[in-house]
Amino acid sequence: MEKYKMHILICGGTGCRASASETIQNNLQEALKAKGLEDEVQVVMTGCFGFCEKGPIVKILPDNTFYVEVKPEDAEEIIDEHIVKGRKVMRLLYVDPEKKEVVSDSKHMEFYKKQIRIALRNCGFINPENIDEYISRDGYAALGKCLTDMTPQLVIDEIKASGLRGRGGGGFPTGLKWEFASKNKADQKYVVCNADEGDPGAFMDRSILEGDPHSVLEAMAICAYTMGATKGVIYIRAEYPLAIQRLKVAIKQAREYGLLGNDILGAGFSFDVEMRYGAGAFVCGEETALIHSMEGLRGEPTVKPPFPAESGYNGKPTNVNNVETFANVPVIINKGAAWFKKIGTEKSAGTKVFALAGKINNVGLIEVPMGTTLREVIYEIGGGIKDGKKFKAVQTGGPSGGCLTEKHLDTPIDFDNLIAVGSMMGSGGMIVMDEDDCMVSMAKFYLDFTVEESCGKCTPCRVGNKRLYELLNKITEGKGTKEDLDLLRNLSTVIKDTSLCGLGQTSPNPVLSTIENFYDEYIAHVEDHKCPAGQCKALMQYVIDPELCVGCTLCARNCPVDCIIGERKEAHVIDAAKCIKCGTCMDKCKFNAISIK
Amino acid sequence: MAKIKLAKSKVDKLVEICKSFDNEGSELINVLHKAQQTFGYLPAEVQEIIARELNVSVAHVYGVVTFYSFFSMVPKGEFPISICMGTACYVRGGEKVLEEFKRQLNVPVGETTDDGKFSISCLRCVGACGLAPVVTVGERVYGRVSVGDVADIIKEYQQ
Repeated sequence: MEKYKMHILICGGTGCRASASETIQNNLQEALKAKGLEDEVQVVMTGCFGFCEKGPIVKILPDNTFYVEVKPEDAEEIIDEHIVKGRKVMRLLYVDPEKKEVVSDSKHMEFYKKQIRIALRNCGFINPENIDEYISRDGYAALGKCLTDMTPQLVIDEIKASGLRGRGGGGFPTGLKWEFASKNKADQKYVVCNADEGDPGAFMDRSILEGDPHSVLEAMAICAYTMGATKGVIYIRAEYPLAIQRLKVAIKQAREYGLLGNDILGAGFSFDVEMRYGAGAFVCGEETALIHSMEGLRGEPTVKPPFPAESGYNGKPTNVNNVETFANVPVIINKGAAWFKKIGTEKSAGTKVFALAGKINNVGLIEVPMGTTLREVIYEIGGGIKDGKKFKAVQTGGPSGGCLTEKHLDTPIDFDNLIAVGSMMGSGGMIVMDEDDCMVSMAKFYLDFTVEESCGKCTPCRVGNKRLYELLNKITEGKGTKEDLDLLRNLSTVIKDTSLCGLGQTSPNPVLSTIENFYDEYIAHVEDHKCPAGQCKALMQYVIDPELCVGCTLCARNCPVDCIIGERKEAHVIDAAKCIKCGTCMDKCKFNAISIK
Repeated sequence: MAKIKLAKSKVDKLVEICKSFDNEGSELINVLHKAQQTFGYLPAEVQEIIARELNVSVAHVYGVVTFYSFFSMVPKGEFPISICMGTACYVRGGEKVLEEFKRQLNVPVGETTDDGKFSISCLRCVGACGLAPVVTVGERVYGRVSVGDVADIIKEYQQ
């Protein structure tokens, strides 16, 4: 990076690209060319910066200026003002919503202050399609260290000592897993990277692969060295085209540099990586199902044992780790287990990446030390609830997790604490809900997902989840009874106890946790036939308050089914028979005249 | 096996795809990905040819095609509309947007309008949760879509 005086980094993550960050990149380059500065200033498209809410993001180095919500037409001004005249473009800087002050350096933003970036260390910092930039940030140093200075057992011991646990949700000690795979003798072994991120609303692994693909390749090579594997496979969702493309580039570059292939770094160790594509099946996140899918079969899980460490891909010993787990490995080798162990809590060392989304001000990708409380994540990093609404619940662990409430906000996040309060870490999805969200509908939403994604192999999951869904549906339609709640509980317990794999064993969690934490809301549905959050369509009606309505006609003009009647400057009325309860009128009304009854 | 009615050029193309994966049964998913890329969907005839070339049963191919949501046996519309039903989009009103698309186009999820122009499907998280709720039409991503925007989005493609 030395050749250039300045660098302009622009986010090339999926979210920012959807907001035209590629056009911004082109416009910046054009504007530089117009000023004859293309040899002085380099424009780099990086991985995700994390602050997706304020994207697209453009960062200028070396002064660390962090521009938010940049539009293609802003490119010229950034070049003219900032690069040429050295004056920051004030209107594009981030304004702290609390203090109402401009914060130009991301270091000082509340969003970033509490974060420690290990797995995301290079995301938003390097060009993921340039191996030299990865190498300049200690990339492949860990692999070199392992191959030249450490025996496989020493590497395993180091990972064990670090306390690293599987980041895909299981939380199994990584070092131990590697040791199992290393002890099994076979003519061929495999290292598999699980990049089949199926939790809806979670995009941690994708961001790592898009922003720093080499960190995963390096870690896979290290893992292969410890267990004596020569082949690696990345199992990635076909829905992630950008991550796939960046990985392809990274694999090609690593081969050219002799960091993948035969006799890596002249140490007599050979290892290469290929890719397999998933085809949209949530259950394939389970390692035995994933392995079957890699073999070209239906992704159905099988009973463990045998564990993949004994008999996995093609019947050979196989070690499967998740993307984020791998991304931690090179740093642990470089900085040592003791350094890593100091971060986080006693039983959950290190950091965790979360995809923070839902009704929160700062949607984005964050990485915090284990032990950070939910309150810190939601209120300090996340900036609190959107539109000044009241916090209601936070859902962790995706369809396998639970909904936690106000009383859990001071729980320090780690693997064991979240399980203790009836949820789980999961892969890192964190969805915040406000007072307008109905918890019965939320449980139904997750069950809808599970019913769709159940592979159908075992009866409790295939049939049981469907029955759970039907019961929840009945309740949201106002036809439920109190006995249904007992049925929900009993059936949930049976499904958990008797399902074969992790999908069925955890799928009732959203039901159980919402009944536990929002019992009153279930009671309101089954006894009073009311939805307190006003979300269940069968239990609500939109009405216009004639006192408040000024007859501006805005609601009537926006109503998609033309069910609002009224003359200009006179109170309007909603025709309940025609109303599809979409809520557009209420969103549009500027006088708060429309409410749900 | 039903008589194959696909044009010869298409059959040849399929045979070629299978060959590029060494006609290996374990490469079935990769073959299906490639075939769907080429044909847009995987009708029964395509599955039969793949089964023949990879020397596996048609039932096996069908089993895999129907297991994975990415594979489709019906053609998508000229402008495939996907509404994100990831949790982040759901809590920000994705479901209402979906309902509105279904209502305006008068087709259920997974089907195509009679004129072949639009098809509706749900997808799980495109990773642009900051823009929730998200709708994609082909490659184009629409962020922060409200029920009121639906008509405008459809109109863009109707001409």
